[in-house]
Amino acid sequence: MSTITTFRPRTGRTTELVLVLFAIAIVLLAYVNVALAIQGEVPPNLMLHGGLLLAFTVGFHLVLRWKARYADPLLLPITTLLNGLGLVMILRLDYAAGRDVGSLVASRQLMWSALGITLAAVVLFVVRDHRVLRRYTYIAMVAGFVLLLLPMLPLIGHEENGSRLWIRLGGFSFQPGEVAKIALTVFFAGYLVATRDALSLVGRRFLGLQLPRGRDLGPLLAAWGLSVLILVAQRDLGSSLLFFGLFVAMLYVATERVSWIIIGLLLFSAGAVLAWRLFGHVQTRVNLWLDPFDPSASSDQVAKGLMGMGHGGLFGTGLGEGYPHLTYFANSDYIFASFAEELGLVGVFAMLLLYALLVERGLRTAIGAREGFGKLLATGLAFSIGLQVFVVVGGLTRVIPLTGLTTPFLSAGGSSLIANWIIVALLLRISDHARRPVGERVELEGQGASAVVGEAR
Amino acid sequence: MNAPIRRLAVVVAAMFAALLISTTYIQFFQADTLREMAGNRRTLLDQYGRDRGAILVDGTPIAESEPTDDDLRWIRTYSQGQLYAHVTGYYSFTYGAGLGLERSENALLSGSADSLFYRRLPDLVTGREPTGATLEITIDPRVQRAAAQALGDRRGAVVALDPRTGAILAMVSHPTYDPNTLSSHNLSAVQQSYETLNEDASRPLVNRAIAGDLYPPGSVFKLVVAAAALESNEFNPDSELPSPLRYTLPGTSTSIPNFGGSSCSGGETTSLFDSVRVSCNTSFAWLAGELGADQLNAQAEAFGFGQPLQVPLPVTPSRYPVDADDAQVGLTGIGQYDVRVTPLQVAMIAASIANDGVLMQPHLVDTVRDKDLDPIDTTSAQELSTPISVTTAQELTDMMVAVVDAGSGGAAALPGIQVAGKTGTAEFGTTGAAHAWFTGFAPADNPTIAVAVLVESATADWTGETGGVVAAPIARAVLEAGVNP
Repeated sequence: MSTITTFRPRTGRTTELVLVLFAIAIVLLAYVNVALAIQGEVPPNLMLHGGLLLAFTVGFHLVLRWKARYADPLLLPITTLLNGLGLVMILRLDYAAGRDVGSLVASRQLMWSALGITLAAVVLFVVRDHRVLRRYTYIAMVAGFVLLLLPMLPLIGHEENGSRLWIRLGGFSFQPGEVAKIALTVFFAGYLVATRDALSLVGRRFLGLQLPRGRDLGPLLAAWGLSVLILVAQRDLGSSLLFFGLFVAMLYVATERVSWIIIGLLLFSAGAVLAWRLFGHVQTRVNLWLDPFDPSASSDQVAKGLMGMGHGGLFGTGLGEGYPHLTYFANSDYIFASFAEELGLVGVFAMLLLYALLVERGLRTAIGAREGFGKLLATGLAFSIGLQVFVVVGGLTRVIPLTGLTTPFLSAGGSSLIANWIIVALLLRISDHARRPVGERVELEGQGASAVVGEAR
Repeated sequence: MNAPIRRLAVVVAAMFAALLISTTYIQFFQADTLREMAGNRRTLLDQYGRDRGAILVDGTPIAESEPTDDDLRWIRTYSQGQLYAHVTGYYSFTYGAGLGLERSENALLSGSADSLFYRRLPDLVTGREPTGATLEITIDPRVQRAAAQALGDRRGAVVALDPRTGAILAMVSHPTYDPNTLSSHNLSAVQQSYETLNEDASRPLVNRAIAGDLYPPGSVFKLVVAAAALESNEFNPDSELPSPLRYTLPGTSTSIPNFGGSSCSGGETTSLFDSVRVSCNTSFAWLAGELGADQLNAQAEAFGFGQPLQVPLPVTPSRYPVDADDAQVGLTGIGQYDVRVTPLQVAMIAASIANDGVLMQPHLVDTVRDKDLDPIDTTSAQELSTPISVTTAQELTDMMVAVVDAGSGGAAALPGIQVAGKTGTAEFGTTGAAHAWFTGFAPADNPTIAVAVLVESATADWTGETGGVVAAPIARAVLEAGVNP
């Protein structure tokens, strides 16, 4: 005999609040630590900065309580902690570079963080149900391509360190590729949900592999072409690797066909070999990867990063006590090495586990999602964070050649921060939908509703 | 779609596992290799970036670290660089701790010495930068300055000891250099001055007092021979020794003359006392033959020959030749052939005569203090050996007083204070060029300072610069500064 009892499932919001406060406490401790180590005094703006951080993250938490009360309770604390630690390290490097208050990178980053959190809240207000995004599949595609190609335009396009990834408007520079990542993920998800049957069922078998039809290969070839285009035109190895990897992963999840992965890897290898043969800067990266300490190497960038990490050792030098500023791009591409130096192996393990947790919570959301579009979108968004961390940290630690991407939430730079906060907002929205009990499910009018009924498995 | 998502989650886990492995490899297994890599600025900065302890002379720092705003955080400055260069050594970002106390006492100065471990514990807890120990050294600034001024521009070295304790009161080597040019933070200028100093033919980086070329001691070695004679109990100061105009070395047709070809006493024999007083060559060559190489070697070793010494700067051991034949032993009697000494060794001979036959361990560091100036370690006077008896010491002192009062060392005499001394003029090569020596102590009845002066031959041939002419006046200035506090 069993009795049916109705109970309100836990929303996890209180857990979230406690964890967010805990994260802020850690960040402020690190902040005080840095100021004490470098300036010898408690930071004078501790209350102001701490208050700002508290106001924005707790404010966002309240938005979640109001607009997405069943959302995953771990995502916000993790991102708060990563974003906050990034701020501390950027400030620490500001001190090391002797920047004065007016030109602090950290204060700009604080502003970007506030903007990122605000935009994430706006996303939660505007996107009441993630399924509406499916309506904009092809608009997202166009937007993604346009954003990607913006830096190629004259006048506003802008080249830095040999890569043409920025646009400059007024006094601000922006990396549209970061936002394009979201638009393209939306496009991939929408497109694959619509065509997955054709992609997975039709085709001939060859050597135990289900080969797709020629015309179904189109989108894969298009994604491949796009990533090669980015590589050639913008000299951005990281982004092309990221887009192509993201697309192949989503294709595989949509079709459940290993053949797509194999074809994808073959295409990737072909592209990689071709790029290596054709472009000097790719060869440079590969040579630096194989022997970063080669005295005749064109750059000691990798070597310096490795020395910084080695210097940190097991427990690190302590925040403010190392020399992370001896590494190039210490607060952007190499910020992870800066953490490795000052927090040690123990510290970066913790940070890598935070990322891993973030990605796995995202994939958990994908599994919990009740329809294909949400599953694919959550998978794509979560995987893009994981892949990006892998490409960056793997590049620093010589798992793969160094390509140069931002480290999500940590690196100095507004576009990356805003894009990642929006990604988290979308994951929160999908997880809210996935975890919401049936009784409370409020269906949107129109096509969203039918999609839910049809695809829940 | 859940199955492929789960598989993708496994792939993500594998990706992160790869990152955990790679960071572990770099930060744990490879860390030491990376730290020791040539040109790793972090390791250099770490060593250099510490608040290194000061070196104090009479309470005044001659080497100290001052904070800077640049990456190196501290700059090492030497307030009287030229005067103390060979005592302090240098501390350079590019070349590390080099020479002098900077190198010998690097562990204490940098704060990494084991003896500082318990004092560092609170630093570990509070996260305070480890700080180095401060060294108070034994140099008497007035003696040091007097020695440097008296030596002037001549190449050579002066060492002064307190015979009662072994404390080094002065250590001067010329030519000298300015360690500030090596500790500068202008790294290209540092490199340039380092190369200039290294290529300089006059070798300013070499501390001639303890670690330069070993020099033939000439007649100052007669003190060792006389000591061996007196210790053998077969001779006393009044013993008459043969002192012909020329002495033919045993087994050869080679003969050596007295200085200037003169007779030592006007007769066929000269007393041991007068042999020392007038620095008679023929009687000492004969005496050396009588005593034999073994006895001379034993006496020389009792004075410290052949022993490596750390003061704590490493001292090149002086040597008495062991393989000499009879003729060569005769030559060693006048400090020629292969007898080779450092100025410090000569000062140690004088100091043990001054200290009633007891040789004290020479040392440069008096007190080691931590950052709060609490003493960690104080060097106490230590006996190194007893090379001669009190009687022998007294007899030698009387002879050396006569050298200054009525012999070859008159230029070392001080008004109102009895000075004991011995001159030396050591020929080298075949052109007759000679280094000038003087060693002695004062006051003779209650010595507070012993000194050795070496002036290198300025020319390739003989210009008449004997120890009595060139070195004795320098010794006089040093002794005067030492006995008149």
